[in-house]
Amino acid sequence: MRRRAAHLLPPLLLAAAAAGAWEVYVDLGGVDPAVLPAPHEIAAALWDNADLLWQNFKITAEEVVLGLGLALLAGFALAVAIHFSKWLRRAVYPHAVGSQAVPIAVIAAPLVFWWGFGIFPKLVVIALICFFPVVVTTVDGLASVDPDQLKLLRTLDASRWQAFRFAELPAALPAALSGARIALAVGVIGAFIAETSTATTGPYSGLGREIMSDLNSLQTPREYAATAVLFVFAIACFHTLTLAERRLAPWTNRPTGEPR
Amino acid sequence: MSIGLRAEPQPLERAGLPDAVAVSGASRVYPARDGGGGIGAHPSGAHRSEAHPSASGGVPALADVSLRAGPGELVAVVGPSGCGKTTLLELICGLQRPDAGSVRSAPAALMPQHDLLLPWLSAVDNAALALRIARQPRAQARGRAQEMFAELGLGGFEAARPYELSGGMRQRVAFVRTLLSGKPVLCLDEPFGALDAITRAEMQGWLARALQREPRTVVLVTHDVEEAVLLADRVVVLSPRPGRTVAELEIGLPRPRARTDAAVTALREQALIALGMTENEGPGWLGHPHAENEGPGRLGHPLGSA
Repeated sequence: MRRRAAHLLPPLLLAAAAAGAWEVYVDLGGVDPAVLPAPHEIAAALWDNADLLWQNFKITAEEVVLGLGLALLAGFALAVAIHFSKWLRRAVYPHAVGSQAVPIAVIAAPLVFWWGFGIFPKLVVIALICFFPVVVTTVDGLASVDPDQLKLLRTLDASRWQAFRFAELPAALPAALSGARIALAVGVIGAFIAETSTATTGPYSGLGREIMSDLNSLQTPREYAATAVLFVFAIACFHTLTLAERRLAPWTNRPTGEPR
Repeated sequence: MSIGLRAEPQPLERAGLPDAVAVSGASRVYPARDGGGGIGAHPSGAHRSEAHPSASGGVPALADVSLRAGPGELVAVVGPSGCGKTTLLELICGLQRPDAGSVRSAPAALMPQHDLLLPWLSAVDNAALALRIARQPRAQARGRAQEMFAELGLGGFEAARPYELSGGMRQRVAFVRTLLSGKPVLCLDEPFGALDAITRAEMQGWLARALQREPRTVVLVTHDVEEAVLLADRVVVLSPRPGRTVAELEIGLPRPRARTDAAVTALREQALIALGMTENEGPGWLGHPHAENEGPGRLGHPLGSA
């Protein structure tokens, strides 16, 4: 319990201090609340619109989790293929880099044309935004295996597949998981881009859509409230991945990069 | 060279049997750029490799090394650091091919200088690695490794991760892994080089007992002449890089051998002379075989320096 408090206290203190400074700035600085609402207004909007935000959150959370899963699967598979085939590496890598420069708005229309107004086009957008860090870190991780370990496995008659299974794959795991965390960090904003660039039908269409419509109708406090939900969600996802990493790769003692 | 102090040679069991390892006149030159071979090659089984023409202009690692080990023999290879001892073992294991001469060996397993335990596997899974690679079911592979653990003083540490083990224990796990490969030849690359003196002495005794229980042909590379004389049937002395066989000592002493035994110290002295060094003079190949103003010998002189 004491350790948990030690982990929770610093970020909560920082959040409280920032909110306090923000409140003072808006109240005393004469800022138009339609431009920048005060924290107490945001909190009130959060409370008043709890159900609306919750319904939209469920949609966005589903998109992020599934989209990220798709990105991890695709990115990991591509990295392994690149690792095994020099030819594929030469053929695919430049295009993977180039794909990161494609504005989503450009490809949103054909995605909707192919797959309609459902969740799938949004997952594709999120996966497109997220897969790249997974590919790069996993490819580098697979190549980072100690060549002496591979030599040893050769003397033990390991096949190419067994060398992958016993040495390269576990050696790449920590890097791949770091890639997953980077992917996650862009995945939440990826969901925002996905929602606002593809059409949706249905009563709720996610926090991204909510934010955009609030922005257009000058519902500024609710817009900030929805953003706060995304903010906390990103932290929760990141923390979950960190815990997963500790279980999946307990041999790594990463000195930094996670809240301890 | 003459070996005056050789004890009565023990009858070796290799009469009529072909050598398990035979290296004759092997040379190895590393080209300026050498990847050391791809991962895909399979050196596993018994093999025979002849020279292939070498690229000109490289770093010579071995020049004209000959060595043979009969079945069940323990041959130690001593030499100054950088004389190509590790290269020699990789030739025997089939990880490299000689540029000149020939290397023939029964299937050989390598115990590398650094234990190279896989950090993501527990101690027992590391030890059972060869069995898993041979597609034995996990439980069965663990069971066999576990038996060895109990015998070799590793009981209770089966589930420990490599980083939780002491240096001596890691070496033992690595040795079990090598042993469980089931190959008739074991190539041990300075297995105790990184250990402190006390642990090293313990491990030497431990290795001798382990080999008594599980006899194998062993090629032991070491820079410790005393270790070589204590453990080996024969000691091959290599020159500085590029390594050449400069002497071969037959150690026909009964086991277990004591460090302080007169025959052991005499053979140790001989090996040191073959290496070009004696207790007080330091390495002769550095260009001062009769150094009078350096080394501990000077300090110990009864007449002092005045």
